[in-house]
Amino acid sequence: MPNLAIERWAKSSDYPPDAPIVLTVEGTHGPIIHAVTKAAADRGARTGARLTDARALDPAVVAIPADPEGDAALVERLARWASRWSPLVEVDGADALRLDVSGVAHLFGGEAALVRDIERCFARIGVTARIAIAPTAAAAWAFSHFGGGDLAPLHVSALRLDADTIRTLERLGLKTVGALMDVPRLALARRFRGAENVVAALDRMLGRTPEPLTAAPTDPLPRALLKLEEPATHPEAPGQALDRLIPGLVQQLQERHLGVRRLSLTGYRVDGSLAIAAVATAIPTREPKHLQRLLAEKAAALDPEFGFDAFTLTAEWTETLDAAQDSLAEEPSGERELARLVDRLTVKLGPKRVRRPQAHESHLPERASGWVAAVQSSPSSLGEGDRSKSGGGVWRRPLHHASHGSPPRASSGRNRPQRLLDRPEAIDVIYATPEGMPRRFVWRRAVHDIARVEGPERIAPEWWRQPSGARLRDYYRVEDAEGRRYWIYREGLIGDGRGGLPGWFIHGLFE
Amino acid sequence: MLLPKAPQPSLSELFAGHPRDGGWAGFLLAQLAADKPLLWVQDRMAILESGRVHPPGLRTHDLIHVEARDARDALWAMEEGIRCAALSAVIGEIWGDPRALDFTATRRLAVAAERSGVAAFLIRLGGHANLSGARMRWRIASAPSLTNQLDPRAPGLPAWGAELFRARGHPPGRWTIAHEADRFHLVAEPGDRALGEVERLSA
Repeated sequence: MPNLAIERWAKSSDYPPDAPIVLTVEGTHGPIIHAVTKAAADRGARTGARLTDARALDPAVVAIPADPEGDAALVERLARWASRWSPLVEVDGADALRLDVSGVAHLFGGEAALVRDIERCFARIGVTARIAIAPTAAAAWAFSHFGGGDLAPLHVSALRLDADTIRTLERLGLKTVGALMDVPRLALARRFRGAENVVAALDRMLGRTPEPLTAAPTDPLPRALLKLEEPATHPEAPGQALDRLIPGLVQQLQERHLGVRRLSLTGYRVDGSLAIAAVATAIPTREPKHLQRLLAEKAAALDPEFGFDAFTLTAEWTETLDAAQDSLAEEPSGERELARLVDRLTVKLGPKRVRRPQAHESHLPERASGWVAAVQSSPSSLGEGDRSKSGGGVWRRPLHHASHGSPPRASSGRNRPQRLLDRPEAIDVIYATPEGMPRRFVWRRAVHDIARVEGPERIAPEWWRQPSGARLRDYYRVEDAEGRRYWIYREGLIGDGRGGLPGWFIHGLFE
Repeated sequence: MLLPKAPQPSLSELFAGHPRDGGWAGFLLAQLAADKPLLWVQDRMAILESGRVHPPGLRTHDLIHVEARDARDALWAMEEGIRCAALSAVIGEIWGDPRALDFTATRRLAVAAERSGVAAFLIRLGGHANLSGARMRWRIASAPSLTNQLDPRAPGLPAWGAELFRARGHPPGRWTIAHEADRFHLVAEPGDRALGEVERLSA
């Protein structure tokens, strides 16, 4: 892309196209011309010359500071854009891109057609491109910068050596690559032992040493693509596309030993808009039936509007899943089954409605019973601990750990209710003395005579977390005349300086 | 004492004696003994009216809790859970008498539970005992608890009044029971507490 800088500048400027503009960068002895417009070139301005020299030739030349960082960013963007032709694209210098097109050209109908396609696309975005395909990257660079189809007549600067070395070569009379090729290697190596290795440059160009592209992009996501001959407008189209895409994706996952954690089906509508259905799974999986079940309902809800003309199924988040684990999938194992159940429930009801308990170190009951979305608990945390002891299950504690002799935790067991109201509800309480036991309470207009009561259990506010006005709570386990057991508390004490009379609340129900 | 038990895991229906009576949970959890997790489904009204499951009060923390929008979602989640053999049991709480909960729905659950071997418990809070496909139908109410040996004024071991009013292969019956040391014990009616204590100790 020989004119990239000036073309980028011209797109965003309001100078007339025939103005004699030069873009300059600061050099040691004043501004140096970085790029020139055609009009400026006609007036004698040359890239690499000093601005004062160009001004001496024609005072009308307008100098504008160049923006090498912006140019480099554009080259980076073009490199990503160029991945449409090849998965391996590398930025080469300030103005060039290298594409590894091995085994790619036939997709575009041969190398000539590929070059034509690239030319057309670059012309469409208004960037002049000189394109060359050669067996080695160095040769391609030489052809694209110096033209021609044969290495031998090219000037030695096509080898991308530094200026001093080139001057030395010219003094020796070695002006072309061909002349250099005729010199015995040993003599060349001995003569140019210093900084720039001429032999190595020659070897790179002739393919004697490999020069692989280093900028291999990150692994592309496993993805399956389905292009439709005709836009599909019927509502079953996404579901049918899903059925056809899953085998391809699963095969890719198998080859790369991956399992899906997040999967999305994208429908490309004819008007350029997208429709996306995405699901997440609790453990990595690549079982076709499971993936199909997860996505089917959401896929059916995609609105075709004017019709879909393509679908992709992308595994957006994958984790390693070995072949051994794959074979386990054939027989139902507890962990896998549970994860599938969580997936199905979560897809339909949403992650906030399918949760697992997560204990917090807190004395406040509503904080102690934390919940975490079941699908978010990662498989490592699900499966950690004494998995081997409990027979491969995800679930570590036996149900009745109290009755199996292991001591219950301080905050569990009989002194905590089995059910907790999301918000404590205010109740009216009749008591003997304000600090004493409650005698009777009214909750939701029903009167409960308290037959038995145990308490109080005092829970102080967590001063490091709660506002300073928070009051302590005195919890009572009460049983009414019919035997129903409740957990009520009095908030605050008379004279604690944090409000008026203490209020009473009901917080939980006992079994 | 041995309570009537279904010959194979199936669907049981438990009617809470009062919508704001949590006693059925103790009766139910005492029967579940397994090292596999629970699926506990609650519909929105059940959570609003009688509270959310509170894991610190349970003897297990191995559960998946589902907050269903309505009875339809709750029934669907229960059926999905019943099909998953990795669960020990599925508990579903449904408030009132929703339209979605008819004979066909309960029959579906019963058949699914018998096929997969996962016991299912449908908890009815404030509902009426209409036609149902459940194999056992209980009415569970809290009963005054047993005497607390350490503090006579405090609630003791919980007791329940359990009425089996419809069961396949069992005559209906009514018991007042408590659960201790992995067994249910008969307890006398609250009016005759002293006798009840004696009976429990000699059992």
